[in-house]
Amino acid sequence: MSTTIKPMITLEEICIEAEKIRLSNPNVGDKIVSDIYANAETIARPAVTKKATEARPWDHKLDDILTSRLFGYPIMLTLLSLIFWITITGANIPSQMIADILFAFQDQLLVWFELAGAPSWLTGVLVLGMYRGLAWVVAVMLPPMAIFFPLFTLLEDLGYLPRVAFNLDNMFKKCHACGKQILTMCMGFGCNAAGIIACRIIDSPRERLIAVLTNNFVPCNGRFPTLIAIATIFMGGMVISELQIAVASLVVTCLVMLGILITFAVSWALSHTILKGEASSLVLELPPYRKPQFGAIFYRSLIDRTTFVLKRAIIMAAPAGAITWILANIYIGELSIVGHLAAWLQPLGYAIGLDGFILLAFILGLPANEIVMPILLMCYLSSGQMLEFESLEELQRILIRNNWTWLTALCTMLFCLLHWPCTTTLLSAYKETGSKKWTFLTFIIPTTIAFTVCFLVAQTARLLHLV
Amino acid sequence: MNNVLTNIPLSTIGIGSMCQIVSLNLQGLLRRRILDLGMVPGTPVQCIRKSPAGDPVAYMVRDTLIALRREDASQINVNLM
Amino acid sequence: MTNANTEEHHKLLREHFGITTTPGQFTVALAGNPNVGKSTVFNALTGLHQHTGNWPGKTVDNAQGNFTYLDRSFLMVDLPGTYSILAHTVEEQVARDFICFGKPDATLVVLDATCLERNLNLALQVMEITPRVIVCVNLMDEAEKKDININISFLQKELGVPVVPTAARNGKGLDDLRQKLYEMSTGLCIAAPRQINYSLEVENAIQQLLPKVSRLIGPNLNPRWVALRLLDGDQAFIRSITHFLDFDLNLTSLQEVAV
Repeated sequence: MSTTIKPMITLEEICIEAEKIRLSNPNVGDKIVSDIYANAETIARPAVTKKATEARPWDHKLDDILTSRLFGYPIMLTLLSLIFWITITGANIPSQMIADILFAFQDQLLVWFELAGAPSWLTGVLVLGMYRGLAWVVAVMLPPMAIFFPLFTLLEDLGYLPRVAFNLDNMFKKCHACGKQILTMCMGFGCNAAGIIACRIIDSPRERLIAVLTNNFVPCNGRFPTLIAIATIFMGGMVISELQIAVASLVVTCLVMLGILITFAVSWALSHTILKGEASSLVLELPPYRKPQFGAIFYRSLIDRTTFVLKRAIIMAAPAGAITWILANIYIGELSIVGHLAAWLQPLGYAIGLDGFILLAFILGLPANEIVMPILLMCYLSSGQMLEFESLEELQRILIRNNWTWLTALCTMLFCLLHWPCTTTLLSAYKETGSKKWTFLTFIIPTTIAFTVCFLVAQTARLLHLV
Repeated sequence: MNNVLTNIPLSTIGIGSMCQIVSLNLQGLLRRRILDLGMVPGTPVQCIRKSPAGDPVAYMVRDTLIALRREDASQINVNLM
Repeated sequence: MTNANTEEHHKLLREHFGITTTPGQFTVALAGNPNVGKSTVFNALTGLHQHTGNWPGKTVDNAQGNFTYLDRSFLMVDLPGTYSILAHTVEEQVARDFICFGKPDATLVVLDATCLERNLNLALQVMEITPRVIVCVNLMDEAEKKDININISFLQKELGVPVVPTAARNGKGLDDLRQKLYEMSTGLCIAAPRQINYSLEVENAIQQLLPKVSRLIGPNLNPRWVALRLLDGDQAFIRSITHFLDFDLNLTSLQEVAV
């Protein structure tokens, strides 16, 4: 076997040669792209025949309205409040129905446990703790989520969301951020963890970090029911019942606006301090409006949301319910553990317009925002006689009995809107940024702002003797 | 064609006007983005609409509506058609 | 493919792309520009048999789904929606690397019938990498509404690969699509995709590099395409090629032995 070995070639050599050609012909990269497009033209032009139409296409006319100087912003706001209104109105009846069924079953469970001769602590942990936490989350969370999500997906499918980014980009540019940040915020309405993952659509790493750090200022679906319930009871309750829902929707819209405002403020502050930099470019496609696939949207978001809520309820709410029940029923001296913790947190809670129990509920709710209200109720209820939560009126009675005023309600809503993200969100932030520092900032920025805002509101109201 | 209307920045084109790309002064990733969207020299571009704040502006390129910020559009040179 | 080869391919898919295929299962890559109804096609073909996650080591979504057609199982991999795969972003890199090194049995490129020209840009780029391409012209219903008529048979002749018109939202054309995917994957259909004609200056530059690239790369990849990436100064591609084909940029050299 005779072999001749040809001269060896390495990739490096070829790269060097390619580099030489590139230097003598610096536009070769551009030329390649132009050539591909030239080929695409020669193929597409004879293949496509378009009937020339005189009239402007209807989606251009729609864009004229939706992105107009006059109507662009008002339409966005109206749509946002409309979504909240539909969610609040639509969720009422199914919420009540689910609550009726689940709490009726709780009574049945109690009977069965008694018949089985179960010790009272076991009944407490399993039924009054675990089951009740789970039932609350399902009854209160599921209907709004099942309505809210399809509505948002609908807007997305229609092609409206890129128009929102188009309309608002200028404000983001002034904050040296990216217009696509609003799209990540829209995802955040559903779930902040999903919102943070959505930040991938932003090209500039600096602007992506800004979007990650501020995503928590849009309230997710886990926080909406809390906002909606309190707004309906305290703010809506101030007016005649016909207007209750309208006022509640308005309050929630205003809170969301405040969240967006704080997003802008924090984005601006970040781009002038730790994330200093100029606004980079924006290339945003505005796809044509398309008829949404109603069936697919409702089926998918309903199935997706239901499994999501049920999974969270089982993983987060049930254990949290059990733990809260235990903490609320183990007594050290005069007070339960919950009582001790709440008493210890009371001064801080009071300073920011809350009370010890509310602050404790927010802390215990770190794993999932939707369990804040059930924990709070369990804490309140454990100290008095056992009450069942069956309706908003019942909730109102419980809260008022625990010395809630409009200021407590306002500060609780503000704290709920602005406070630390849940653990799932923090975990997503860690995975996306790959950095402990940015994850910590994702936690500490909202926390600081929540304490500051609530403190200022509470102290001002008290100084002016408004409560 | 009038001299004033050749080799002008894309950002100066009025709504409804048609123009043709001459060259890109952009660098890096944005340059590639713009090229990949088919905004190569010779491509016709129509200015379609402004956002409510006047910036960004949407342009029709190869049957697709693309919004660009003023700073970026000013780095694209075009001939008015 | 021999058994050893298949096993190696499975290992490559698993380790580099996080994709686990069952024996005998075909892999299909799904590429397309953003907003062309790619996910509608994906959902329509795979139904609820989906699994989402990330590409290994990247913060880029990876969705996989499977379906069965004529007793053969297909694993469909939804690539990130991109305008191009010249790889200037991580998404484009992921899409390009999978088509190029993951060697799917078929690559389905979804095009928007209402802006075919811009979408063909991507299809032509994919056709440079692999001959196992099927083009799906989606949103035919939208095109009809806009009085846009597309000559599918002309397009098929020009492109040299199967072209299937669909309106995935209404379920139109999906059977045809499955049939074509089956034919392409099983080797019943062999396509001869049209290659891009480059202008003289690009062509000259390719010719300067081509002999050496051919000898280095061998039959693994299209040498013209590799030469183009090198001319484009595509650093990410140079990293990928050393990573996937075990070329060491500085040390290893390929000795060609002639008998």
